Amino acid sequence: MTEIAILSGKGGTGKTSLSAAFATIGENMVVADCDVDAANLHLILHPENYVEERFITGYKAVIHDNFCTLCGICINYCRFDAITKGDGKVIISNISCDGCKLCERICPSHAISMIPSDKSRWLIGDYRNGKMIHARLEPGEENSGKLVNVVREQARRIAKETNCKTIIIDGPPGTGCPAISSVTGTDKVIIVTEPSKSGFHDMKRILELVAGFKVKPYVVINKYDLNRELTHRIESWCEEQQIPVIGKILFFAPVVEAMLESKSITEWLPDSEVSREIHSIYHFIMTHE
Amino acid sequence: MNIAIASGKGGTGKTFVSTNLFWVIQHEGFPVTIVDCDAEEPNVTEFITGEVLADRTISQIIPVINPEQCVFCGKCQEYCSYNAIIFLPSSHFIQVIEDLCHDCGACLVACKYGAITEKKKKIGIVRNLFFNCHAQIIESRTEIGVYSSVPLIKEAIKEAVNDPTENLFNILDSPPGISCPFIATVDKADYVVLVTEPTPFGLNDLKLSVETLKHLEKPFGVLVNRAKLGNLEVYDWLQENSIPLLLSIPMDREIARIYSEGHILAEEQPAYRDLFVELFRRIKKQVNA
Repeated sequence: MTEIAILSGKGGTGKTSLSAAFATIGENMVVADCDVDAANLHLILHPENYVEERFITGYKAVIHDNFCTLCGICINYCRFDAITKGDGKVIISNISCDGCKLCERICPSHAISMIPSDKSRWLIGDYRNGKMIHARLEPGEENSGKLVNVVREQARRIAKETNCKTIIIDGPPGTGCPAISSVTGTDKVIIVTEPSKSGFHDMKRILELVAGFKVKPYVVINKYDLNRELTHRIESWCEEQQIPVIGKILFFAPVVEAMLESKSITEWLPDSEVSREIHSIYHFIMTHE
Repeated sequence: MNIAIASGKGGTGKTFVSTNLFWVIQHEGFPVTIVDCDAEEPNVTEFITGEVLADRTISQIIPVINPEQCVFCGKCQEYCSYNAIIFLPSSHFIQVIEDLCHDCGACLVACKYGAITEKKKKIGIVRNLFFNCHAQIIESRTEIGVYSSVPLIKEAIKEAVNDPTENLFNILDSPPGISCPFIATVDKADYVVLVTEPTPFGLNDLKLSVETLKHLEKPFGVLVNRAKLGNLEVYDWLQENSIPLLLSIPMDREIARIYSEGHILAEEQPAYRDLFVELFRRIKKQVNA
């Protein structure tokens, strides 16, 4: 089984549009949307026959005023500055609480208890070319890396069951815990960048992260015609670093038209230059060892 | 006044709006600080920069288990809510997984044998840069491979909001998403500008951000970037939900070019300067409403 992750560092470079195209080129596919903060791939793939599961992201401390003696021990122990005293009572900030449970353990009057945050979900559904897994992180919740791990475990399970050889992972922006969880243990990584100073900067940081794993990175430059000089600089840099640039995609407004029709660009305008380029990238990544 | 610029979806133009807003505020002669809170992929200094005034190393505290004093009781593992301690009782094996540690201090409390001490681990830097005598830049930047940027974001913001300068405007350029790094950024904001684009992905992620901000009881307004791309659904949705539309910025290849080269649109094109001055005026009006 081969797992291919699509990442970028910078957001909005076209990870999901490329993932959607890949997902609708092959047959018997398994696709995992690992941008659990702001999942979008399902808007194009429209999965059906959902199976939905609950995910506990963590715990939040709540204080029971009638047991609290205002001793303030919990305030001294909390390293997240989540507990304060005000208005003659102890207040725990839901936002700052990290769910470590230390206050519950050290409270001499047992006035603190932990409640699970269980509103996040992960979902599996059927779409026209296979199965997709995505998740919905409850706003403000933590542990998005753990939820990414769950999405990927489910993708591997489904791939085994359906005898699928390749899993496509649509990754999150950034280089933090969900991005790390999306790269760990994959076989190939595609970095989608754009010819802007920030796109270039962010690509270097995500490549630095990927270099820490035993995985081969490839680069795709999206909207390359928006700044051909910077595209050239990115290509030269990649050549120096011996990182293959496996595709350059034009800025193409119909990608958004396709999105409005819930289609990938390769489905919407299969004969366009952009679609042909994406087919060639797909073929390369699927066959290149 | 603390103004956060945020969006669920990446690449909608948060940094573009933040840096242009910063530029017009300083140009109007007001004291202003821009805080780059996207510590995983900081981009502000690709657009505006200056002499580095100070670099502050930010560390996390990590437990160290001394095997000579450890009695292998397993209490610390029981207290750890983040699975950051591996303990195999039969083979007397105990180890801290530093990347999973949240620096909560629970293991230290758990250990009754004095076998746990703490050390510092660098997670990144907060850098101050001089723009002019009434404008500065504060950048948070994680070390590559660090799981959580939250402690860095909090440090950078703390510095800005504790600045005693009268009538100071702090612009907080948020990381994408709706999870902990975003929450840490908007937590101290008096007002949040949500940047979106009029596409299905943009609208879907805008709804997630709005849900989160309502939950946090933060006042906010919306800026539509790359207007004319996609469709009009976002405008209808804003109206139905009585959410103020602060500004629309059109889709324009010239803007994309200026942005890609790391230049400030408001500095290069007076018409857009007026537009960002108007945005500043509308934000102030919203905050004082």
